[in-house]
Amino acid sequence: MTARPRVGLFVTCLVDLMRPRIGFAAVKLLEDADCDVVVPSRQTCCGQPAWNAGADADAAAIARQVVDAFETFDYVVAPSGSCAGMLRLHYPEVLAGDPAYAERARTLAAKTHELISFLVRVRHMDSVAASCRARVCYHDSCSSLRELRVKDEPRRLLASVDGLALRELADAEVCCGFGGLFAVKYPEISERMADDKIADMQSTGADLVTGADLGCLLHLAGRMERRGIAIRVRHVAEILAALDSDFLPQQGGGVPTGLQAGGEGGGRVASVTSPSDALTRAASPMLGEENAVQAET
Amino acid sequence: MSATFDPRRFVEASHEALNDPQLRPALGRLKTHFARGRTLAAARFGDFEALREQGRAIRDHALSRLDELLALFERTTQARGGHVHWARDAAEARAIVLAILREQGARSVTKGKSMVSEEIALNPFLEANGIRPVETDLGEYIVQLRDEPPSHIIAPAFHLAKEQVAETFRRSHTALDPARPLVERAALVAEARGVLRARFETADAGITGANFLAAAEGACVLVTNEGNGDLTRLLPRTHIVLTGIEKVVADLGDVAVLLRLLTRSATGQDISSYVSIMSGPRAAGENDGPQHFHVVLVDNGRSQLIGTEAEDVLRCIRCGACLNHCPIYGAVGGHAYGATYSGPIGAALNPGLLGVGMAHHHPNASTFCGRCAEVCPVKIPLPKIMRYWRAREYASGLAPKSAVFGLSLWAFAAKRPWAYRIGARIAARLLRWRAGGRGHIGALPLMRGWFAVRDLPAPEGRTFHDLWQRRR
Repeated sequence: MTARPRVGLFVTCLVDLMRPRIGFAAVKLLEDADCDVVVPSRQTCCGQPAWNAGADADAAAIARQVVDAFETFDYVVAPSGSCAGMLRLHYPEVLAGDPAYAERARTLAAKTHELISFLVRVRHMDSVAASCRARVCYHDSCSSLRELRVKDEPRRLLASVDGLALRELADAEVCCGFGGLFAVKYPEISERMADDKIADMQSTGADLVTGADLGCLLHLAGRMERRGIAIRVRHVAEILAALDSDFLPQQGGGVPTGLQAGGEGGGRVASVTSPSDALTRAASPMLGEENAVQAET
Repeated sequence: MSATFDPRRFVEASHEALNDPQLRPALGRLKTHFARGRTLAAARFGDFEALREQGRAIRDHALSRLDELLALFERTTQARGGHVHWARDAAEARAIVLAILREQGARSVTKGKSMVSEEIALNPFLEANGIRPVETDLGEYIVQLRDEPPSHIIAPAFHLAKEQVAETFRRSHTALDPARPLVERAALVAEARGVLRARFETADAGITGANFLAAAEGACVLVTNEGNGDLTRLLPRTHIVLTGIEKVVADLGDVAVLLRLLTRSATGQDISSYVSIMSGPRAAGENDGPQHFHVVLVDNGRSQLIGTEAEDVLRCIRCGACLNHCPIYGAVGGHAYGATYSGPIGAALNPGLLGVGMAHHHPNASTFCGRCAEVCPVKIPLPKIMRYWRAREYASGLAPKSAVFGLSLWAFAAKRPWAYRIGARIAARLLRWRAGGRGHIGALPLMRGWFAVRDLPAPEGRTFHDLWQRRR
């Protein structure tokens, strides 16, 4: 494609609420891949919680809203295999009984992609200019792996990151136990599955875990925090985009952006309120509270 | 069978299972015993995907003409001198079996492994009527001695360590020398074989299941690895085959394809040790076989699934591959489900057989990870069927009130971007505030499910959409 495609960014509700910087990382990667990025304001969530709970009418109403907001773009891209899978595989089911939307849902489905697979498959990106000194496990989400068949693409881009050593999990294709509302409805089973996954991660010697689905990552990071395990967790877009803080809007009121530009070249800690605070964060395995990703400038 | 074996107790039973120190290593063997074997067997076969597609088509075709094939099976079986009985539900099936046994004056019965027999709770019924059933599949024999249901479709005692089996044998086989060594697996097998040999010789009737029914030939096909199936069906005067109506396929040619799928998917074997083809009683001039041959075809809720979004579940050939690859089954085992069928196949089938209210936990206790559908030899879309049951639960008002309320509140906002924006903005700030200087939150009211086992990484404090507006 010679003209720059117009990409509608489906931010996802978790990125919107929990980790905006993943959204900015997605924008940067898409722009690096010669796309014009638009963020439609009429988006909330993909409706997967409703669909998976069997609340079909709610799921259909939300799906119609997404179709309305996104159908004019050349592509729809989400920094999540789970949400992209919802649009790509399930919207045609959700709206199958709606004559006004069934065909439109199928059209939307066909042009919807998970971010990293879009960059590699559609935009033919094969490397990034980023550095991250870490031993890294890539966590395949079940939706990326089995619904969207994404496996090599993130590993290929991660392999191009300077200083990053990829370590494979022994049971990479086994679920981490998140599963959306499953994690809250059956916490103890979810806990066992998370602990099995964490044990696998530990046995690789990795000090950082990454993946394309924030749901899995929040679950694993939350479980490791509870257990006091110091493996850091990052969304794959954060590592690949190597965002510098100028890309983010300035924030006031002591609200940290979380991602700070850094490295030896005079990075600054943008919004941490005290040095002891910074130390606490640096010791934390939580998602992105310390300076793990170094922008290459 | 324990009174606590109840699908509504799934949560409590799964906690017990998670805290059972002997269960964990047993379930760990699922991967090494079964899952790895299946992977290797599928690779050895070559184009296993094409075989799965062939299997799916055979099963779909058979189910689309189920009435016709069952009628044909009845005629061909009768032509060989066998009797075919139809049972609408479990009570009818039990009554039919009892009537056949009474007519023969049978007091002692040997049994091959049959999940339908478990489904209709045949053993306690026979015992209550003065007939002694003896399970002859080793695993099934062990769980019978322990008064437990099987925990796995094809490996009934998979949840047990061999030390537990030894303890069970010492307690049950009181006529044997208490000082005998029972450490090696082989010693356990030899002891069971010795005890069961006498039962085989004295049984008045034998009951087995069937893996497939071939309509054209009037043949019941049974797959076993221990040879107990043949001793059960051949030695007694009367043989009763007890199976579900959905097991019928057109002919033995179709069975041959399904056999290739079944054993590879189940145990990773290219073929099982024994494949028995059973059709009718002993004919004139034959040296062995029963004098009376009965087939009891059980519906028990199956036919009402036809025409629903769950009907694909009837394709199931009971290989157990979905259990072996399921992370939920792998965490809690089979007993936690409190039903005959556990794991993904139980989650897809039980709401249909037992009712959505009774079995509601089973389709809910899934992350929809999709591994089950990926290994299913007949490509049953298991997560899709589980979701269908969740939708049925939701639509019929059976879903927990608090969950429905929370979901409705969330959906209200999700359908109104302006409201959602405000809600997300407030939530992001509140959560950030709650985290204080820490990078995480340790507890929040009304969110016990999340915080019971994990913290919540703190949000950044602003939503993406708010920040994006500023960047523009």
